Amino acid sequence: MNASLIQNIIYVVVLVALAFPLGTWMANVYAGRPGRIFGFLKPIERGLYRLAGVDPAKDMTWKGWSWAVLIFSFLSTVVVYALQRLQAHLPFNPAGLPAVSPDSSFNTAISFVTNTNWQGYSGEATMSYFTQMAALAVQNFLSAAVGMAVMVALARGLSKTAKGLGNFWVDMTRSTLYILLPLSFVFALILVSQGVVQTFRAPVTAELTQKTKAADGTVIDTQTISVGPVASQIAIKQLGTNGGGYYNANSAHPIENPTPLSNFLQCLAILAIGAGCCITFGTIVGDGRQGKMLLAAMTLMFVLALVGATLAERAPSRLLHDAGATASNMEGKETRIGVDGSTLWAVATTSASNGSVNSMHDSYTPIGGLFPMLLMMLGEVVFGGVGSGLYGMILFVVFTVFISGLLVGRTPEYLGKKIGPFEMKMAAIGILIPCASVLVAAAIAVVAPKGYAGICNQGAHGFSEMLYATTSASNNNGSAFAGLSANTPFWNYLLGLCMVICRFGVIIPVLAIAGSMSARKVTPEGPGTLPTHTPLFIVLLIAVVLLVGALNFVPALFLGPVLEHVSAFRS
Amino acid sequence: MKDNLRPSIVMLVLFTLILGLGYPAAVTGVARVVFPSKSTGSTIERDGKVVGSELVGQSFDDPKYFWGRPSATSPANNGAASSGSNLGPTAQAQADAVAGRVKALQDADPTQTGPVPADLVTASGSGLDPHISPEAALYQVHRVAAARGMTKEQEADLKGLVERHVEGRTLGFMGEPRVNVLMLNLDLDGIKR
Repeated sequence: MNASLIQNIIYVVVLVALAFPLGTWMANVYAGRPGRIFGFLKPIERGLYRLAGVDPAKDMTWKGWSWAVLIFSFLSTVVVYALQRLQAHLPFNPAGLPAVSPDSSFNTAISFVTNTNWQGYSGEATMSYFTQMAALAVQNFLSAAVGMAVMVALARGLSKTAKGLGNFWVDMTRSTLYILLPLSFVFALILVSQGVVQTFRAPVTAELTQKTKAADGTVIDTQTISVGPVASQIAIKQLGTNGGGYYNANSAHPIENPTPLSNFLQCLAILAIGAGCCITFGTIVGDGRQGKMLLAAMTLMFVLALVGATLAERAPSRLLHDAGATASNMEGKETRIGVDGSTLWAVATTSASNGSVNSMHDSYTPIGGLFPMLLMMLGEVVFGGVGSGLYGMILFVVFTVFISGLLVGRTPEYLGKKIGPFEMKMAAIGILIPCASVLVAAAIAVVAPKGYAGICNQGAHGFSEMLYATTSASNNNGSAFAGLSANTPFWNYLLGLCMVICRFGVIIPVLAIAGSMSARKVTPEGPGTLPTHTPLFIVLLIAVVLLVGALNFVPALFLGPVLEHVSAFRS
Repeated sequence: MKDNLRPSIVMLVLFTLILGLGYPAAVTGVARVVFPSKSTGSTIERDGKVVGSELVGQSFDDPKYFWGRPSATSPANNGAASSGSNLGPTAQAQADAVAGRVKALQDADPTQTGPVPADLVTASGSGLDPHISPEAALYQVHRVAAARGMTKEQEADLKGLVERHVEGRTLGFMGEPRVNVLMLNLDLDGIKR
């Protein structure tokens, strides 16, 4: 018990401590100063611009940014779709896997391009090595880089010394080349040192020490173990808050996450860049206090959720106790990770828009499973996805500034710039689109026979499975109550639409705010200015985030986890 | 809009080469040299044959071996299709499954009357968990000793063997103490031979 408390404390301390050097360095990268050790990458960067016909010095308007993001993402989706459909005819397919179905390919293509990485399919049994590398792993990098680039554009737009929003292609390239690629390379090798495989060989076949009989009576004397280029993909899946695993069981799989150390480091990698983005933001807007405020607000919400989820998941399991076993809820959890290590990960992965799991959330206690769902419903703004968490949080900051301005009769302004009706409209759209998507899609699934046909558990828990799926897709998280059989045309198309609407339904309003704010004049601070770096503002911001989340989702949460929790004590 | 077409295509093609092929190939190349065994699945060989991976659980239901975590894959411990049960904490199917596993353990060793360690009756997240808790291993010592016709002294030695197989928390705070079931069972067979 004490050891896992120490694990949680060290985790939070290391995470916050890492945010400062990492965030400062990232700000330097975006300013074109990645540091001397990356000098050898500069010619590659210049070469990319030359071949692509990009003038790195040319600023883009917010509409230019939006078009670039949309076209690049659309093209990526088409390519990922095509590679899945054609994988049987492509190289690196030693297991001879056939083409992926059209609906699953559609869902997966959107899923990886929108940084959601929801997986309706079983990785090791569906995707060839080539698809995993050339389609999925590439998007792990690029979708993360798009999120980071949009965050940088927003920060530039809000900066007092705003000159322009910068160039999408430049920020996307720099995110990938200097930040994600080197970090992933080093991290992948650390993971291999722990036992994560990295090979192009065919699956391993082992002769079993004890033969067993399957349910149908056939004798089983060998075990086939899937391997592949796993470590390289896992490194970027965590650092880029993607979360799509190589294996079906994701980071619960002992080859994807073999040791307590690999578990701790992967968990850290989930939030590291997202936390660093706070500091990057503060640096780019030219007011470090703003970044620290965001980091403090996110950390505080994270700790609150971690405490709540840990207490809920530690609750003795009545089912196990009644059956004559000790009562810790180990269903769906791994021995080397344990209950508390699983809960820490569940909170981290749903704070971020990561979505990788090291335990099966479907088997959590009702309230233990409520916390991951709630964290996603808040809009993935507690650290959040790389870049996307920060720009999501800025929408809430705009909202908070506006509400506090109304309450005390001050003109709403942020970073010395007035917030007008246009910015408010855009912030409201960006906040409400995912909320509406979660609830509308869940409602459709509940009334459609093909929707609720997929549930694994009956009753309130079955509703939770569907609500979790639409929440995860709409907030570009990707984790699941995996009992839901989501690899059906109904679920693949429904969730695919949720993912695409909510990714770009947030990015475009964010870019619009960046564009209109960058044109605003800076008004000097006066006695009427509400400072946005104080503890008071942190409290206001957290209150607004929780209020919006609660107003939208309390009824739905009562129908799912809360009802299940209460009914467990009925008889 | 047209200005974006060429950069989109060129960037996607070039980044696919760098990230999709160059990056995994570079990691593979370095990993093969620096970590030859770990990069290929941490396999265990006995008499020139691969008998398993240190990281992947195998099924044992013979009383003379230590049993691992229940597995929700089909068949159990299927190394090519990992999966948890995804059963919820209030599901009837879960209650039935747990009750059946408790009964199997108690039938195999009626002398054990205390509560069964939870990890022995709950399916792991991956269906391939190679470990059990030290409590779960010690719970089975008497059964294994009886099935192998061991004397009291030999049973005490067996307990010592289990204790030697306990891996502690990394740096004292990461993860949980555990016993690798396959490694323990292989050692067990080694002693008997």
